[in-house]
Amino acid sequence: MDEITKITTDAPRIGVFVCDCGLNIAGTVDTAAVTEWAKDLPDVTCVVRNKYTCADPGQNEIRKAIVEHKLNRVVVASCSPRMHEPTFRGCVMDVGLNPYLMEMANLREHCSWVHAGEKDAATEKAKDLVRSAVARARLLTPQEELKVSVTKAALVIGGGVTGIQTALDLADSGHQVYLVEKEATIGGIMAGLDKTYPTMDCSI
Amino acid sequence: MAYSEVVNVSGFVGNFKVTVKKKARYVDEKECTACGECVEVCPVTRPDEYQTGFSTRKAINIPFPQAVPASYLINMDDCLGTNPIACGKCADVCEKKCIDFDMQDELVELEVGAVVVATGMDVYDPSEIDEYGYARFPNVITSMEFERLICAGGPTEGHFVRPGDGTRPKRIGFIQCVGSRSAKRGNPYCSNICCMNTVKDTLLLVDHYPDTQCSVFYMDIRAFGKSFEDFYMRSKEEGVRYIRNIPGEIEEDPATGNLRVVVEKTDGQGIEFHDFDMIVLATGVIPRQDSPIIRKLLTLSKTSDGFLMEAHPRLKPVDAPTRGVFMAGCAESPKDIKDSVAQAGAAASHANILLNAGEIAIEAITSTIDIASCNGCELCVDVCPYHAIQSNGKKNAPTIITAACAGCGNCGAACPTGSIEMKHFTDIQIEAQVDAICEENAGEKVVAFACNWCSYAGGDFAGISRLQYPTDARLIRTMCSARIDEEFIWRAFRKGAAMVLVSGCHYADCHYISANRQTVQRVNRIWDKMDRLGIRAERLQLEGISAAEGQKFAKVMRDIKDMREKVTKEEIDETVRILSEEHDKKMKKKAAKEAKKAAGAAA
Ligand SMILES: Cc1cc2nc3c(=O)[nH]c(=O)nc-3n(C[C@H](O)[C@H](O)[C@H](O)COP(=O)(O)OP(=O)(O)OC[C@H]3O[C@@H](n4cnc5c(N)ncnc54)[C@H](O)[C@@H]3O)c2cc1C
Ligand code: SF4
Repeated sequence: MDEITKITTDAPRIGVFVCDCGLNIAGTVDTAAVTEWAKDLPDVTCVVRNKYTCADPGQNEIRKAIVEHKLNRVVVASCSPRMHEPTFRGCVMDVGLNPYLMEMANLREHCSWVHAGEKDAATEKAKDLVRSAVARARLLTPQEELKVSVTKAALVIGGGVTGIQTALDLADSGHQVYLVEKEATIGGIMAGLDKTYPTMDCSI
Repeated sequence: MAYSEVVNVSGFVGNFKVTVKKKARYVDEKECTACGECVEVCPVTRPDEYQTGFSTRKAINIPFPQAVPASYLINMDDCLGTNPIACGKCADVCEKKCIDFDMQDELVELEVGAVVVATGMDVYDPSEIDEYGYARFPNVITSMEFERLICAGGPTEGHFVRPGDGTRPKRIGFIQCVGSRSAKRGNPYCSNICCMNTVKDTLLLVDHYPDTQCSVFYMDIRAFGKSFEDFYMRSKEEGVRYIRNIPGEIEEDPATGNLRVVVEKTDGQGIEFHDFDMIVLATGVIPRQDSPIIRKLLTLSKTSDGFLMEAHPRLKPVDAPTRGVFMAGCAESPKDIKDSVAQAGAAASHANILLNAGEIAIEAITSTIDIASCNGCELCVDVCPYHAIQSNGKKNAPTIITAACAGCGNCGAACPTGSIEMKHFTDIQIEAQVDAICEENAGEKVVAFACNWCSYAGGDFAGISRLQYPTDARLIRTMCSARIDEEFIWRAFRKGAAMVLVSGCHYADCHYISANRQTVQRVNRIWDKMDRLGIRAERLQLEGISAAEGQKFAKVMRDIKDMREKVTKEEIDETVRILSEEHDKKMKKKAAKEAKKAAGAAA
């Protein structure tokens, strides 16, 4: 049986990692209560609470737990996946877990930061977010990413001082660059200036 | 490629296909030596845009002597006619024969791995502020016009004179924040460059003409950059007067062309008058008025001030939300040359990392098709904004081109047979989230679907800004609101949710080109059906929230709480009953159909 089929058919063993984020989350959400509560969720094998899950010690906890408890799914209940999904995907990959078997619950941007002073309601919401992430994690399957090659050329749109500088930098690094300027000449606003602050030298 | 515009972009990170329209110059740019013979004979005279209209140019012209490329072009809107019989004087005198009236716009195809947007900004037009009389008084000018008037390469060869009568002004007033920092006219934001620019202007004036008296009317002088405070102090030491108040009005003495400003006294005790020979309006900068075109081509968003939105305000300031696209300079926000150049370097470096990678991984969130259950209806082919699903003729299962699939999930939601599955965002995964949220006290909750790029990000922004709002909603993230299958919404109501929110990008601003149009159609269909079934349509809300609209996100959350509180337990029970019956009927029908199919197969 190959690795992918094995993980898909094996019963899920989920590790949940609840993050305090210092006081960012723990200041509003009762993370200890969430940790206790999450232990009874279906297919959850272990729950670990961390002060800063994204820092090295926090990531080590995840890696250690995956190995120790033979976890095949991970839920990180911390911040927005738009911020740290790449971090935790990389973390689980380090110990051989497919990155698509990691799921996040956003307890910070979508909960503690916006419900300050509502400890009980925020904690209830946090539990729901973890429950939803665990429900999803149980059904996650490993994915293979498609590799595509990169065309070694760049397009710069706009030939003002910014576009010119970008195009020169890219060309100096050895890439083919196309600089597209709408007007009949490059230069942009700066070409219309006389002297420029703070050096008082000429613009063109 | 000057005088050119990007007209189409397709493909994806590392593999963009770009079509550029090279507009006809009617002058062979390689052959032209910029000798200028043509200009001598051209009979058409027009205001010169480069000199802000203070001097004239011909229909055949070069924008300015140092222009790159150093070639003339004919502005066809001004030319007497492409028919050489009408005029053609320039073509007659051009020795190198580089004038070609038959030249056509040319389409050039490019293949690139990365795109950097450096489209800059426009300058605010102060005509709408009628009390400053910019459109009426010749000696009221803008800071851009100031640049031309003081420049040795300008229309007056650097002799600073009044446009009204050509005399040298001695008393010059500057008014700051014109079109900036105003909730009423222009824009609410600070334009960043105009304070330092005015300080510069005053220093240039006292340097060229030591007897000039400059006065600057301001709200605050924003001199926060490196060495800027020194620069400002120097201007003060040179005798420039800084008066902390913005004038309400400029009046002109028609006989002399002199100007008088009316301004409240700094101590607030009454008003005072100041007389000037000339007034410079420190006009702010605004987003490029044509930026919607580029935003559409590259699926970019804008922040509330209208400038381009970055992937993350702190950590990814030069990355666009679209992978492989970067931004720099004033397209991103108003800034000076130094900051523009610094950002250009950052954008080039990020593009470099991508180009040097050689090979990159595409996130495995693309669509897959189960050929066995597909009935070949081709709804997926129709809704795919990327043309990533290829028809194999009606009744046959189409083919998905994975490399072109961006993963919005529109096809998955459209497929009536459930044959399309989105990797990592499957039906059962999302349904499991709905069920989990509704497991306890569903009647007090809002099941909220949010798209990754806009509304979920808007929620993140509300968080980053610490905007407080009620706790009712539980968000389910999908890449695009078009992923939201009608069944997900029905399921939430069937499981007893009080309210459902479908949120995505604004209608015309979808990260996946136009996928969210289908979202709107689907929600409309559900509203109709809710009406028919006697379920209050208000319980399903649809909102467009951009990534920059944390405020709006919080407001939607507040409003939806008010609506949620009006939904009674009886109402929810009734909905659950109606929808469960509907669901049972549907399931029975499906089972019967499958039994029939199986019987047919056995026979
Ligand atoms: C009155 C005034 C005075 C200033 N004085 C100073 C100063 O003294 N010192 C200082 O540091 N800064 C100064 N600045 C700011 C400076 O002008 C800007 O920092 C600089 O011009 C920004 O360069 P940019 O390339 O980002 O944008 P821009 O100069 O606006 O250039 C953008 C270019 O992109 C092109 N373009 C736009 N859209 C498209 C498209 N769709 N396709 C192709 N091409 C396109 C435009 O034609 C233009 O050439 C001043 C600005 C103003 C308005
Ligand atoms: S830079 Fe100065 S003049 Fe310009 S908008 Fe900001 S405060 Fe006003």
